[in-house]
Amino acid sequence: MRHNNVMESRIDYYPTDERQGFRIRRGRPLPFGTTIVPNGVNFSVFSSSAASCTLVLFRKHEPRPIVEIEFPKEFRTGDVYSMIVFDLDYEDLEYGYRFEGPWDQGSGQRFDQTKILFDPYSKVLGGRDVWRKETDPSDIYPYRSRLIFDDFDWENDHALETPLQDLVIYELHVRGFTAHPSSNATAPGTFAGLREKIPYLKELGINCVELLPVFEFDEWENSRKHPETGEQLLNYWGYSTLAFFAPKAGYAATGRLGMQVDEFKAMVKELHRAGIEVILDVVLNHTAEGDHRGPTLCYRGIDNRSYYMLTPDGYYLNFSGCGNTLNCNHPVVRNLVLDCLRYWSAEYHIDGFRFDLASILDRDQNGAPLSNPPLLESLAYDPVLSKCKLIAEAWDAGGLYQVGSFPAYGRWAEWNGKFRDCVRRFVKGDPGLVWEMGSRIQGSPDLYQHRGPSASVNFITCHDGFTLHDMVSYSYKHNEANGENNRDGSDDNASWNWGCEGESPDCQIQALRRQLMKNAFCLLLLSNGIPMILMGDENGRTQRGNNNSYCHDSELTWMDWTLVQHNTDLLRFVKKLIIFRKTHAALRAGEFFRNIDYLGVGIPDISFHGTTPFSPDTSQGSRCIAWMLCGKYANPAHEDIYVAVNSRWDSVTFQLPQASDGALWKVVVNTSMPAPEDIYDACCAPAIHDSKHVIVGGRSVMVLTAGQSAA
Amino acid sequence: MNVTTLAEPGVTRVELEGSIDGKTAPQIREELSAPLQQVQKLIIDMSRVDYLSSAGLRLLLVLYREISARNGKLVLLRVSPEIRTVMSHTGFLSFFTLADSQQEALHAFAA
Repeated sequence: MRHNNVMESRIDYYPTDERQGFRIRRGRPLPFGTTIVPNGVNFSVFSSSAASCTLVLFRKHEPRPIVEIEFPKEFRTGDVYSMIVFDLDYEDLEYGYRFEGPWDQGSGQRFDQTKILFDPYSKVLGGRDVWRKETDPSDIYPYRSRLIFDDFDWENDHALETPLQDLVIYELHVRGFTAHPSSNATAPGTFAGLREKIPYLKELGINCVELLPVFEFDEWENSRKHPETGEQLLNYWGYSTLAFFAPKAGYAATGRLGMQVDEFKAMVKELHRAGIEVILDVVLNHTAEGDHRGPTLCYRGIDNRSYYMLTPDGYYLNFSGCGNTLNCNHPVVRNLVLDCLRYWSAEYHIDGFRFDLASILDRDQNGAPLSNPPLLESLAYDPVLSKCKLIAEAWDAGGLYQVGSFPAYGRWAEWNGKFRDCVRRFVKGDPGLVWEMGSRIQGSPDLYQHRGPSASVNFITCHDGFTLHDMVSYSYKHNEANGENNRDGSDDNASWNWGCEGESPDCQIQALRRQLMKNAFCLLLLSNGIPMILMGDENGRTQRGNNNSYCHDSELTWMDWTLVQHNTDLLRFVKKLIIFRKTHAALRAGEFFRNIDYLGVGIPDISFHGTTPFSPDTSQGSRCIAWMLCGKYANPAHEDIYVAVNSRWDSVTFQLPQASDGALWKVVVNTSMPAPEDIYDACCAPAIHDSKHVIVGGRSVMVLTAGQSAA
Repeated sequence: MNVTTLAEPGVTRVELEGSIDGKTAPQIREELSAPLQQVQKLIIDMSRVDYLSSAGLRLLLVLYREISARNGKLVLLRVSPEIRTVMSHTGFLSFFTLADSQQEALHAFAA
C-alpha cells in the first residue's frame, strides 16, 4: 500500500498491544463512532455508568463474531472507550459493543451483556439492506454497525441557501414517490428513482423537497395485520429512528451493496443542480427501542439514563406517543443531536431540517418545558448550521402546543397548523373565518408578529391526514385497513364530501371537487409564508379516505403517475400558479405588510375588501374575502393583484377597487371556469371591460392583475 | 486480479479482472502508480470485472481525477450492464466516457 511518508513517521501508526491475534492501541475519544486512521480504525463510544465495554467484530453477514476485544482499562478516557484496531478490511466489517453494568429498574439502568449493541454514531446500519426483505429472527446481532467511505466527489455543489420566503416545498416519501409501476423508474422506490424524476419536479416549479424520515428504521416495526388480507402491516413512514447518522438502506437501489451513502449524495447533488433544496424530516424525539417492553438495540443498553427521559421509578416518560422520549437536553444527547445535524448538513449537503414533534426538544430532563432550551439555542447559533432551514413541528404528544410560541431565536420556522385548519374550513364553506383568513394570507402576523411571514410554513395537507383530493371527497376518515377498527387517525379533518362519500360518477360532483382543490391551491400559493405541497396533490392523489396511512406500502400510499396524464387540468393549474407566485414578489414578502400607504402611492401595500371596496365583511355569517396587493411595494415591483374568494354556494358580485394609476383589471384566475380558462399566463389574461366589478361564482376564487407586469 | 499494460500508439490500456473491492483496489492502485505516471490517454477494459465495491468505485474516480489533472482522458471500455447501473445510481457514471469497443474508445480521445 502507498502511504504518505509523513503518516508513516507518526508514532500512532503502529500498534502497542495485541489481543487474540488483533493488533491494537489506545484510540482517540473524539470523534465518537468510527474513524478510518492510517492502518486501522478508531472506535470510540460513550457510557457514563458501564463497568466495562467490549468491541465485537464480525465479517459482513456472518452469524458469529470473528473476535470480541474488551477495551483495556487504560484505553478509557473519562466515560469514553476508545481503541484503534489495525489491519481491518473496512468493507467486510461489522462491529458492535457489549456493555457490562447493572440492570436495575428503580435506578433506570438497563445494561444487558448478552446483547450486542450498535453504535449510536453508526454511519451505516446493516440489517435492513433491502426494503421488506424477510428478516432472520435467530440473528444474535440484527442491526449491525458498518463503516463507510465518507469521501464523495461533490464537484462544486453546495447548499443552495434559497431565501426562506422564496421556497415552495414539496413533501414526499422517498419510496412512495416512485414505487408505483406507473412511475416507470428504473429503480422504483429509491433515492435513484427520485433522481430520475427531477425533471418532473422542476417542471412543477417547486424548489425544495422535504423527505419523510430517511434515517435508518425498521419497516417491519408494526405488530398489526391488515384486517382483510391478513398481510403484515408495516412502518412505512419511518417515524421511528434506529440510527441517526445512517441513511435508510432500503431506500437505496444499491443498499444491498452497502452504497446507500453514495446514492443518497448523488441524489442531493442532482437536486441541487436543478435548483431544488433538500430538507429532511428528522425524528429526534424518540428512538425505535420503545418503552420498557421494547428491544435492547443500542441506547438503552449503553446508557439508559443519559439517552432517555425517565420517571423517578425508572420507567420511560412518553411525550412522543411512541414509548420513550429522547433526553435531548442532556448535554451528551444534545451533542449527539448537534453532531447528527452537522453531519447531514456538512457531509450530505442537506439544506434544512423539519423537526418531528419539535416541542420535545425544549423539555428538560424531567420533561418540563424550558424557557431557554439549550438544544434549541445551540442549533440556532451553530456555526455549521447557520444557513440551514430549521422548521419545527411545534407540538408534541405530551400536550405541548407551541404554534406561534416555539422558542425561535430568530431562526426557526414552524409548521403552521392554524393555517391548515383555517383554510380547510374556509374552503369547505364554514362561516365566521374572514378575520382569521385575513391574517393567514399575510403569513399569520397574529402568530409571528416579531418573526416575519417566513416563520410560517403554510400547508393545507401533509403526510399526516387526508390528501387534498380526499379532503374534498370524504366527510369521514376510513382507516379500517390500519387494523384498529377505524379508531386511529384524527376525527377533526374539516373535510366534506359534497354529496357522495368517496369517488363519485357524478360529473358535477367531480367538477366541484376539482374546483375546490384549485381554490385550496390558490389560498396556499397566494398567501405569504412558505407554501408546502403534499406529494401528488397536484394530480389529485387519493388514499381512499385513509387519513393515517403510516402502515401501508401499497398503491394506497404511492404516487400514481397515471394521474399526471388524467388530471392534466389540475396539474397545469398548479404549475401556472407557482409561476405566478415566483413572478410576483408581493406574494413572497420577507416582512409583514403594514396595511398602510407608507409609500404615498394612493393605496396601501395590502388592503381588504368585500362586495364593496375597502369594506371587508368580517361578520359571523360571512364567507367572502377579497384583498388587493399593491405591486409598487414589492421588490421587484409588479402589477397590482386582487384576489376574491367566495365560499358561498351562489355567485357574488364584487365591486372592484381602483388599481394603481387607474390601470384596467385583467382576469388571471377564475376557478369556476373549466380549463384552460381557469388560469391564464400574465401576457394573455383577458381584461374586464369596465374594470368596475366581477361576478365570482359560487365556491370560486378569482385573481386579477392590473398595470405593468414585472420585467 | 491481472493488470496488463499494453502500449498502443499514445494510448495506455489496462485490463482489469475479477472483483475490485477493499482488498484488491489498493493493490491495483499500487501496481498502476508507476506505469500510469505520465499517461494522458487511458482505456480501462472492464469487460472482465464482475464486481465493483465502494472502494472500487473510488479507485476509478481517483484514476479519473489524476488523469484529468494532466488534461488527459479516461475511457471505460465494455462496462457490464450491472456495473453500469450501480455506477449510475451512485452518481459515479457521469464522470466517465464509456465505450463498447476499442475503436469507439480511440474515437473518444479524438473527440
